[in-house]
Amino acid sequence: MKKRKYSFNFYIGIVIVAFLLGIVIVSFFYTPYTVTQMNIGKKFLKPCWEHLLGTDHFGRDILSRIMMGSQTAFQVGLISIGIGLFFGILIGSIAGYYGGIVDEILMRIMDAVIAFPGLLFALMFVAVLGQGIVNTMIALGIMSIPQFARITRSGFLQVKPLKYIDMAKSIGVSNFRIMMVHILPNVISPLIVACSMGFASAVLAEAGLSYLGLGVQPPNPSWGRMLSESQMYLLKAPTYSIVPGIFITLSVLGFNLLGDGISAIRDPRK
Amino acid sequence: MKRNVLGSLMVLLLVCVLAGCGTEQKNDTNSDITNQNQTQSENTNEQSTNEEIMAKQDKVVVAVPQDPDYLDPHLSAASGTTEIMFNVFEGLLKADPSGRVIPAIAKDYTISNDGLTYTFKLQQGIHFHNGKEVTMEDVAYSYKRLKGDITGEPLSEAFEEVEINVVDDETIAFQLTEVNSGFLVNFTKAVIPSGLGEEAHNKTPIGTGPYKFKGYNPSQNIVLEKFDDYRIEGIPKINEVEFRIFADSQSAFMSLLAGEVDMYPRMETENIEMLPENYYYVEGMQNMVQLMSMNNATEPLNDVKVRQAINYAIDTDFIIEAVANGKGTKLGSNMSPVMSFFYEDGLQDKYNINIEKAKHLLKDAGYEKGFELTITVPSNYDLHVKTAEVIVEQLKAVDIQASIELVEWGIWLDRVYKGRDYETTIIGLTGKLDPNNILFRYETNYPRNYMNYSNEQYDTIIAQAVKTTNEEERARLYKEAQVLLADEVPAVYIMDPNFIVALKSNLKGYQLYPLYVQDMSVMYFD
Repeated sequence: MKKRKYSFNFYIGIVIVAFLLGIVIVSFFYTPYTVTQMNIGKKFLKPCWEHLLGTDHFGRDILSRIMMGSQTAFQVGLISIGIGLFFGILIGSIAGYYGGIVDEILMRIMDAVIAFPGLLFALMFVAVLGQGIVNTMIALGIMSIPQFARITRSGFLQVKPLKYIDMAKSIGVSNFRIMMVHILPNVISPLIVACSMGFASAVLAEAGLSYLGLGVQPPNPSWGRMLSESQMYLLKAPTYSIVPGIFITLSVLGFNLLGDGISAIRDPRK
Repeated sequence: MKRNVLGSLMVLLLVCVLAGCGTEQKNDTNSDITNQNQTQSENTNEQSTNEEIMAKQDKVVVAVPQDPDYLDPHLSAASGTTEIMFNVFEGLLKADPSGRVIPAIAKDYTISNDGLTYTFKLQQGIHFHNGKEVTMEDVAYSYKRLKGDITGEPLSEAFEEVEINVVDDETIAFQLTEVNSGFLVNFTKAVIPSGLGEEAHNKTPIGTGPYKFKGYNPSQNIVLEKFDDYRIEGIPKINEVEFRIFADSQSAFMSLLAGEVDMYPRMETENIEMLPENYYYVEGMQNMVQLMSMNNATEPLNDVKVRQAINYAIDTDFIIEAVANGKGTKLGSNMSPVMSFFYEDGLQDKYNINIEKAKHLLKDAGYEKGFELTITVPSNYDLHVKTAEVIVEQLKAVDIQASIELVEWGIWLDRVYKGRDYETTIIGLTGKLDPNNILFRYETNYPRNYMNYSNEQYDTIIAQAVKTTNEEERARLYKEAQVLLADEVPAVYIMDPNFIVALKSNLKGYQLYPLYVQDMSVMYFD
């Protein structure tokens, strides 16, 4: 009974994520209009056949901008998770495998990073090193390192005392090979779950930073930026703000459900 | 379930508390006069409706976007403060709606033939808000304070080199070291009472204006109250003015929709069509020059052909339509038509869009394939950010790849305005009463010549104009300067965005100024 409920989450999540991924893929080849093309005769159109989601304050097609914005969101999500995953696994496995003083030092550094509230850290980072999408991705990536490091380390701590690791050592397998080939696969499933969840929070953080004007720079489309631009016209053209809002919600919801679903399936206790 | 009930109860409680706060504050800010009216209407046993309307009409609420920087008029530098305190303070002179300066505390004044001595006669019988009569001592104190004689710290650069002589009880003379035909506007700086202590002016400011300061609640409002002893009979007409502070324009507009705000200056053009029926709006030029400044010292913008090409490639009509809904006046040089006497007409159509010509000029300059350009824009000015977006799009037609860099206002001031480390930037230069103060910024050695513009001919014209006391001749020179700017285009001159003021239909008498001020004294309820 319980299991079915969780897999339901999984299905919903996968449908939403597939839908968004579809939009991203299509946007590489086709958008209804050029994203930056302005048409002042067609400002603030309500959704109609010509412009399915209406137009914005420059008469630009909102659907096209949402599609291009999805590229931004996925790009930021993928790259920041990539950064977090790479360094997280590296630090976590070294800490977990060698233990002792190395473990102590690395994990205390991780604790220090995690002590910063995420968005605040990103704000600080972007304020010091300059605005733009690259710095946003790096900042979000750094933010997500500790959680991956912790997951990896705990996996290593569980597996390392097992007999087969000792045997591998005794036949002279290199430390690196033991870490990557013999231990790491055990940690993959919680890492996937963390990736999915992390992806959602990266999308949200990018939207937040762009909303504050620190992330993606205009005229490049980003969901968060669209949200902040539309705020001025909230009364006049409500669809303009609702649409990017829905897409941000959808992607956060989708990836969280997916993560939830995966963890339920892979967790032997349930 | 239980927890839910508890939760909603707490929310309810919180709402009650907040609502309680709201009403309490309202009572606080109401004037004694309105309170009296209320008690009266209670006494006269509810023949009230009429009286209640009267009581309501005694007070006007104006939406403003920010807190004042200083209440002390000599310390304050923000336009947003002047906008409010224009009603509280007066100088020897005061600006009128046409932008000229007219006597206020002074009865009249004379300027010596060599243009170096300004002599003012004091008008007798003018009172400060605290009841004290304005004496020569106060006038001398105020201008000496600006000069820096009182605290040792000059508060106004203009008076630093000026010698102040009190001749007798009614006469004061100001001796300049060199001729400056635009100096007169400096006498609009506030006269404040002497002997109150330096700190007092920032806590309970006292002036001679039509309204007296009543209270200031940070981030909420500034309340002004009618000054009964004002020097002009019958002014002001409205008993109380509340400048209510709204951090964002949407909430200000929503308050207007709810009928809580009677007057909303600088309303967004998008909101015009959503104004309720019992509101109307007034619009006019605001003497601002919105421009895309180019750093004339950097490649390739140091080439006049490149600058002209950019001017030809940018369609200012489109910008006005796209970012200001057509509510703006096209400009061709660094002067708004509102400065009618000094304004050179016809320059605004000099660079109407012409992509062919732009490409040709770029080819001549050796940039046939275009180049990359960064537009640095202060992120808090929505108008400029949007303008930048349009310009990026338009420059693509001549293969100039522009990108936008949004910076915070503080960083903009530091890096662009003071540090001159930028390529192009979009900004609005607020107007001054005197053309010299507007055009002086292109002078080679001017410390805030942030466009790095340098032209000997221009410097000569400006230096000559400052020394000229004949108004016709001055105007001719300043017009010449504008033509020169239009030829050399150190910037792309875009527009003077219209100032739009939404007013409740029974609130009349609004006067537009070529300055950033709201003159509440001439307004009345119909």
